[in-house]
Amino acid sequence: MEIYIALKVIWAVLLGVLLSGLGVMVGMDMGVGALLRFVGRNDGERRTALAIIGPHWDGNQVWFILGGGAIFAAFPTLYATSFSTFYVVMILLLFSMILRPVAFEYRSKVDAVRWRGSWDWAFLVSGAVPMIIFGAAFGNVMQGVGFHFSWDGQYYQDESFIWYLLNPFALLCGVMSLALAVYQGGAMLMIRGEGVIAARARRFAMAGGLLAGALFAIGGVWIQFIPGFAFTGAVNPAMPATPLGGPAVVMRAGAWMDNFQHYPVLWLLPVLGLVGMFGGAFAVMLRKPIIGWWLGAVAWICTIFTAGAAMFPFLMPSTTAPAQSLTVWNASGSAYNLGWMLAFALVFVPIILSYTGWAFRVMRGTVHTEIVIADDHSY
Amino acid sequence: MINPTVVDLSRMQFALTALYHFLFVPMTLGMTFILAAMETVYVVTGKQVYKDMTQFWGKLFGINFAIGVATGLTMEFEFGTNWSMYSHFVGDVFGTPLAIEGLMAFFMESTFVGLMFFGWDRLSRPAHLAVTYIVALGSNLSALWILIANGFMQDPAGAKFDPTTMRMQFKSFGALVFSPDAQAKFVHTSIAGYVTGAMFVMGVSSYYLLRKQHREFAARSFRIAALFGLISTLAVVTLGDALGRMDYLVQPTKLAAMEGLWHSAKGPSAPWKVIALPNDAKQRDAFSLGIPYVLTPLVAHGWNTTIPGVYALERDAKAKTINGIKAIIALKAYGATKDPTALAAFRKYEDDMGYGFLAQQFAPGQNLAAITPAEMPAVLDQTARATIPNVFVEFWSFRLMVALGLAFLVVFAFGAYYSLKNELEKHPMVMRASMWAIPLPILACEFGWITAENGRQPWTVYGWLPTFQSASSHDVGYMIFSLVGFVLLYSLFIAAELYLMFKFARLGPGVHAAPAKPAAMPVQSIYGQPGFADKQWQ
Ligand code: HDD
Ligand code: HEM
Ligand code: HEM
Repeated sequence: MEIYIALKVIWAVLLGVLLSGLGVMVGMDMGVGALLRFVGRNDGERRTALAIIGPHWDGNQVWFILGGGAIFAAFPTLYATSFSTFYVVMILLLFSMILRPVAFEYRSKVDAVRWRGSWDWAFLVSGAVPMIIFGAAFGNVMQGVGFHFSWDGQYYQDESFIWYLLNPFALLCGVMSLALAVYQGGAMLMIRGEGVIAARARRFAMAGGLLAGALFAIGGVWIQFIPGFAFTGAVNPAMPATPLGGPAVVMRAGAWMDNFQHYPVLWLLPVLGLVGMFGGAFAVMLRKPIIGWWLGAVAWICTIFTAGAAMFPFLMPSTTAPAQSLTVWNASGSAYNLGWMLAFALVFVPIILSYTGWAFRVMRGTVHTEIVIADDHSY
Repeated sequence: MINPTVVDLSRMQFALTALYHFLFVPMTLGMTFILAAMETVYVVTGKQVYKDMTQFWGKLFGINFAIGVATGLTMEFEFGTNWSMYSHFVGDVFGTPLAIEGLMAFFMESTFVGLMFFGWDRLSRPAHLAVTYIVALGSNLSALWILIANGFMQDPAGAKFDPTTMRMQFKSFGALVFSPDAQAKFVHTSIAGYVTGAMFVMGVSSYYLLRKQHREFAARSFRIAALFGLISTLAVVTLGDALGRMDYLVQPTKLAAMEGLWHSAKGPSAPWKVIALPNDAKQRDAFSLGIPYVLTPLVAHGWNTTIPGVYALERDAKAKTINGIKAIIALKAYGATKDPTALAAFRKYEDDMGYGFLAQQFAPGQNLAAITPAEMPAVLDQTARATIPNVFVEFWSFRLMVALGLAFLVVFAFGAYYSLKNELEKHPMVMRASMWAIPLPILACEFGWITAENGRQPWTVYGWLPTFQSASSHDVGYMIFSLVGFVLLYSLFIAAELYLMFKFARLGPGVHAAPAKPAAMPVQSIYGQPGFADKQWQ
């Protein structure tokens, strides 16, 4: 049983790691996509911006796919409930997301202004919309969502989608996530772009970092007043994985600060996050984009782990049936499954990181606009 | 209460998006290996024409690949967005191969595909060749893991239902991965992809040969494709036979529908129906034409076995439904009260619980406990009837796949024969046939999936979870919103993809979007030189 608890906690942390990978790598590409029409004022410049992430976007996107797959396997009930209750935004996310692979491959294959211009809009949509929704999902989950379960484990939705689509805290989180993506993408454009592209990207990156930092700070204050969730009595973390018949839960303003009070060391997370955002903006200002890129990664990781630390062990609390809130303890897979998955993750994550690093190394170096224009194999 | 309209719309959306994804997957599976084969010849012989071949077919591959990736994203998320009960019920087992697929296959394929397209000038020849092989390996590994997942739906091995968590829990990794169903599916499906890729290359090459363009290039491409295709088709047919036997062993309802067996086939003389017009409403054939002494040896690989037909299977299903109803009533009571006697009652009938779930839609108010003794026979009848998939669809999708497979054998055999004898030019018929056959393997794959998935109905997890029970509890409006969106977007995609495919296939090798350039033009790197340490050699 002790092993089961450890496995649940490890997978909660790994979930954070995967979501951070998603933020850093997919966020970077989405940032470039969202900035495409602004940093590139003519076709050559836009193709240069695309060529900068061209060899890597598909590999990076797998963080997103793996995020989905890992939630499915490690927290099946969370996957089932969150994707279904957020149906409308999930489908919007999907629609915008699937424009991207096609846009990359097809945009430069036809030499017509209308064609390329339309795909450039597709890049804007498929960069900005998913990042806003990614952040907004976090914002919604932190406020709790209206759902409950029937006896057989099926979820039922208790609130309309307008609420989770358009509520202020969720929008704040969404804009913050887009700002971070713009920051990360801008930093990458500076690292491998030159001339006007790098210069324009720098301004966007600085703005993105500063805006993200400001919104993060505002969110930190706001969260004190938002009703958080807390168990009222003793909890058995080794409980079987079912949301039915669990311990009682209350909603109370400030409950999301409990973990920080009990373990003040957790304050390091938001502090480092702010350092990443403001420090990154500063580094970019000083034209040190590589340092800036890594600080952006720190910002993503710390943001996601700050949210996770505030909520732990809650994953997706329910406002209408708090006792059926999904937590790390009641939404996870079985010990057997978590064990096997951990074995695969331990073997494959290092392999993935090393060949991803190798791929970036092989492709490193500045991308020159003249060469991109001359080569029609390029994006 | 489960809304049947929502279930139907969810099924429709899933079927559409899955069939659409599978328009592109077989080409990816096949083309990556053909590209690797061509590049191998290039690296061994150093002949430029093979590099041109790899790059040209690689470009067409890329146009196809992009939509494969886009539509695959949909598939990955649809289980959560549309099949919440399913995801909850089997996520502990089914999610695992999907996650491993990401870790092991997608990451590899997607990371290296970038290097494959853009790394020509950055990597040594052997290193680039290795990259191409890794992409091929990655796409096939992804097929392996997804088909292990699908195999679990067909024959749920390696898991057991747990009444405490109300879901199937993972018990044996080995049983899941080495499920014979999954393994046979994997080999049949990935090789069907090779057939598809081979037909594509052979058909497009024929187009050039017929128009006397790019002759050397086209003749060589044709030969590689014809040989590869011939071997692959032989393997697909052999493995198809193995899959049919798998269905005989674990999914008798699917097999009965595939072969249109209303009555059980007893003994060796039972006829194998070549053509029939099954009528599902009346449960008999309007017409049929069969060959005796073929069915039993073909399906059961035996002589004196009985293959159960629809009537017999419905009779079995009734008995199971009676138990299943008791199991579900006990399970619900146990969930509410944790009463050990309820648990004991459940344990007694647990193996048939799926049939209890299946009966739910026919019970008054979808509540099994409310069925009166007078209503029971009707509920049993309807449930038994529901266990049989649509026979007409099943019979014909299977027949069409098999017929197409046999036709491919003929096309590839003639193609390979004349290509080896260097007599292709004398036989334009062969070339014309292979050109027109380009879309047919894709069609065969679609028929194959309809056979597999329609035949599994009414279950998402065969014998355990009905499709009716699996869907998310959405409003109809949500489903219309997403369906309309998918239809619009996917129509746009297919239009763009066909346009580009035709455009670049017509342009031919060595010609690019910009004004024509000589075929042997070296491909310039779009990347600046990273420094003296990265000396290129090629
Ligand atoms: C080029 C494509 C192609 C060709 C020529 C064939 N198949 Fe096939 N078949 C497929 C492509 C395919 C597929 C798309 O790969 C399927 C769908 C599901 C699966 O596992 O593979 C499939 C499924 C499938 C199934 C259902 C599996 C299940 O129940 O899960 C059977 C029984 C067969 N095939 C048998 C055959 C036979 C006897 C063939 C002999 C001529 C044949 N197939 C040719
Ligand atoms: C890409 C190839 C696939 C195709 C073309 C395909 C095709 C189909 C079709 C035609 C249906 C509708 C059947 C019906 O409702 O009568 C269906 C249903 C379904 N399939 Fe598949 N399938 C594919 C792969 C898979 C895989 C790999 C899985 C699981 C990993 C899967 C899971 C399902 C589910 C959950 C349903 C919905 C429930 C149902 O209506 O059966 N499919 N699929
Ligand atoms: C219904 C279940 C399925 C899901 C959830 C699914 C998921 C995905 C995803 C997420 C991608 C994009 C990967 C990337 O970004 O590189 C993808 C592509 C791919 N899938 Fe599927 N898929 C399904 C069915 C299938 C089946 C049945 C096969 C093979 C037999 C298959 C083989 C592939 C391959 C080879 C690719 C590579 C790209 C391409 O198709 O062109 N998929 N799939």
